[in-house]
Parts: sequence; C-alpha cells; structure tokens
Amino acid sequence: MNIQTGLYVFLLASFLGFELIRRVPQLLHTPLMSLTNAISGIALVGSIVIVGSSQSVTTTVLGTIAIAASASNVIGGFLLTDRMLRMFRRRR
Amino acid sequence: MRDTIAQYLYIVAGLAFVFAIKWMTAPTTARRGVLAGELGMVIAVVGTFVRPEVTQFTWIIVGLAVGAAIGVPLAAFVPMTAMPQRTALSHAFGAMAATLVGIAEYILRQPHLDRFTMVVLGFEVLLGGLTITGSLMAFAKLQELIRGRPIVYRGQNIVNLSILAIALAGIVWLAIDPTAAIVFGVVVAAAVAFGVLLIIPIGGADMPTVIALLNSYAGLSAVAMGFALDNKVLEIAGALDGSSGFILAVIMCRAMNRNFRNILFGAFGQVTMTAHDAEVDDRPVRSGTSVDGAAILDGARLVVIIPGYGMAVAQAQHKVRELSDSLERSGTQVRFAIHPVAGRMPGHMNVLLAEADVPYDHMVELEEANELLSRADVAIVIGANDVTNPAAKNEPGSPVYGMPILDVDRAGSVLVIKRSMAPGFAGIGNELYHLANTTMLFGDAKQVVGSLVSDLGQSR
Repeated sequence: MNIQTGLYVFLLASFLGFELIRRVPQLLHTPLMSLTNAISGIALVGSIVIVGSSQSVTTTVLGTIAIAASASNVIGGFLLTDRMLRMFRRRR
Repeated sequence: MRDTIAQYLYIVAGLAFVFAIKWMTAPTTARRGVLAGELGMVIAVVGTFVRPEVTQFTWIIVGLAVGAAIGVPLAAFVPMTAMPQRTALSHAFGAMAATLVGIAEYILRQPHLDRFTMVVLGFEVLLGGLTITGSLMAFAKLQELIRGRPIVYRGQNIVNLSILAIALAGIVWLAIDPTAAIVFGVVVAAAVAFGVLLIIPIGGADMPTVIALLNSYAGLSAVAMGFALDNKVLEIAGALDGSSGFILAVIMCRAMNRNFRNILFGAFGQVTMTAHDAEVDDRPVRSGTSVDGAAILDGARLVVIIPGYGMAVAQAQHKVRELSDSLERSGTQVRFAIHPVAGRMPGHMNVLLAEADVPYDHMVELEEANELLSRADVAIVIGANDVTNPAAKNEPGSPVYGMPILDVDRAGSVLVIKRSMAPGFAGIGNELYHLANTTMLFGDAKQVVGSLVSDLGQSR
C-alpha cells in the first residue's frame, strides 16, 4: 500500500481538475456533469476485480450489482453526453 | 507481467480522462472529449480484464449486460427537461457501486485490514451511503414523487450533525478495532440515514447546488475506493469528478446568494430565505396584451430574452425560438441571457434552448448579458423572477441583496411574461414589475409567446 503516491496522485489530479473545470463555460455545465458522471463510473474497475476474483458468494453478489450500477453510468453517461452535445449548434 | 500491463493501461486511461475534461472547455471540441472519455474507459476495463486475479467472467458479463440494459434506454429516451432527475439517479448508481465495493472489500480483507485502509473504506461507505439516499431523495423531489417543499423542524441541525458524528465515531472505532463488523454496519446505516435527512430541508430552487454537491461526494467516494484498492486511475477519475462537482456547487452557491461555508453541508441553516413572508404589494402594474407586446417589439434593434425555469415548466422553449426567428427575420438582433441558476441543474437552461434549436452563440452568460441589457431596446422576461429583481442591488435589507442578477431594469422596455403576480422562490415582490417601462403580459408562457409570434407577423 502506497499512501504517499496515492496522495500525490489525488492532489495533483484535483488541482488539474479545478484548473480545467474552471474554464468550462456555463453553456456546457450540464454535459460536463453528465461526462464526469460517466467517468466516475470507473468504479466499474473496482467492481470487476471483486467479481472476477470470485472469493465468496456474498462479495460476488455485491460486486455484480456494483458492476451493473457503474456500467449503467458509464454506458448511459457517455451516450447521453454525446446526445446533448449534438444539439449544440452555431447559428445556421 | 500482466499486472504491469494493467498498470500502464491505467496510466493511459487516466490521461484520456484528463483530455476528456480539457476538451469540454469549448463547444467545438466537446464531442471529442466524450470520445476521449470513452476510450479511457475502454482502456481501463481492458486493463482490468488482463489482471491476473481476474479469472471469472460470467458474472462480470451479467453485470455489464444489466448495466447496458438500464443505461442505454435512460440515455436515449430521457427528455432534456428531466436531465436533473436523471443526473441525480446516476449519482445514486455511482455511489451505490462505491458503497457495495467498499462493503465487499471489508468482508474480504477484514481480518488483515491495516488502519489506513480501514479508515479509507469507512469514508468510502460514508460518502457513498449518504450520496445514495441523498440522490434518491433529490430524484424523488425533482420527479415530484414526493413533495418538493422544504421540511424544517426544530433541532434539525443537531439531529443531522449527531448522525454524522455517529458515523465518524464509528470510523474511529474501526480504525482501532477493524474486526468490529457491527460498527461497520452502523457506519453504513448512519450514512444512509444522513443522506435522507440532508435533502429533507431542501427546496426546488436549491436543487442545482445540491446536485452539484452530490456529484462531488460521489467522486470523492470513488477516490476513497482508489485509495483502498491502491488504484491510481480510480483516484484520478474520482478527483476529476469530485473537483467538478465542487466547483459547480460553488458557482451555484454564489449565483444563489448562498454562503460558501454552507455548501459542504447542503442546506444547513439556509432555509430562512424561503420562510420570508411575502409582502403584500398593491402598487399598480401595467398589464398589456400580446398586441401591445408586439408593438413594443416592432422595430427593436436588440432584444434580450431572459428565460427562467417557468419557461421550461410551460414547455415554451420552441415557441420562444419561433419568436426569436421571427424577430431576426425583421432584422432584430436577439440574444438569450442565461442566469447561472436558471433551471434545475447547472447549465440546464442552455441545454433546453439548444434542444429547441437556439444556436449556442446566441446564449450569453451573466456578464456579457448585462452589457447587452444596458443597450437593449427590449428585454423579455419569461418565467424568471428573483434573478431579475433590482432589490438585489438597491435594498440592503432584502433576502436577495448581493445576489448577482440580470440588470433587466436597464433595458429600454421590459416585457414580463408571467402567470400571476405571485412571488418567486425568495418570497418577495419584484420592483421590476412596477417600473414605468415594464409591461406585464399575464398568462401561460407558451400561449403568450405564441400570440406574440402571430401578432408580430400581422403587424408587418
């Protein structure tokens, strides 16, 4: 377990996140939220490890529900973000 | 070897997520951002599949199939007016995944948990648990499954803080004795209860802040999962999500005139504003018909439209775009001034207008809008109220004082389309309606705008 490296990654990623997201115009705030939601579906990775290593019935059940929940965010989130962004058009 | 491949793939995925956010900073590159995010996710999942400990795939595929079956229809069919509900629901899903993984990790590693991992797992289920129920409550209020009115009672803050304190004390206890499984259960239960209590005192107009805040919590629970699993891509993605939600919450708070201090705990002590008695204002207003409105609009060079949530409720956005088209055909420049809290989530109004085919370069944010309003011939307020109230600048005693507003009163003439003289969320009268250059067009936004369009056509 590498606590320090983890903290470095977390702090730098947060700082980068703040600096980038500050620049997102209000126009795109709803698609932004939908996109970050899809990205935070990365919990999928943790759920897959739990289910894939199949260590007990209980954890497999919990993990499978977690996969379904995060996969619905990932798949639905990206599709929805793109659907929204397709509606944003410049003047004809 | 396979583990090393997985780690390198995670690095690429993390980078892709950073680019995804970077490209969201402009509408011209935003779709590329989605593509980068999708790529990052595929790479991260492939990276996980090659990990040596992942050997059983049956239930993974079942889970993915169920997730797709829920996610695809939600993405394809949810109407844009329902985006806030859908977002709240997906925060609940994300938090549920984090919480369940946290519980599973606790069960698997329980006898050998070191103190750091235990504390991190504690925070994962605390943030996850409160986000599940908090988001479901927000969903229910937005979907009007339960009443959206804030519920306040004496000692509410004490009750809420006590429950939070129980959860935190439980995490401390677990840090000392990780084998106390019952205490772990108490932490989860307290988190879930806290989520419900957190949303009870929150009303409809505060939803943008709350949704952004829950977004941040969901991201932070993913970060906690990253720490517990020592997985950097989880830490990066969670940090991006957490900071995004946090920034949006701060923006919403400022735009709502809420105290920055309060945002971490949502509505604590914020409801006093809604409780403000509506003062009876019987000064006269000038009310007009759509013919009067069309006469005022005729010949205007610059018209600024101020849409509020009332426009979306009346489903008037397509009619509003027709009005804008009609004005533009006769040489009038039309711009849409969008206040940060218009709608029920950050940027909601922009999406609703984009769906109605309003070009995005016609939508302007607060600062530019106020510059335009100062030289606009006509401002049309449709279903917006508090965000146009001059009291925010002129009356230090007003509950909205200090709130950034759209300076509609500076336009040459003002048309206000409104159902009645009923006050807005802040529960106060609006000086704007009594100004000499204001004409009130009472009625349903869709009908009034529709008649404006036809009357404009006839006057030419």
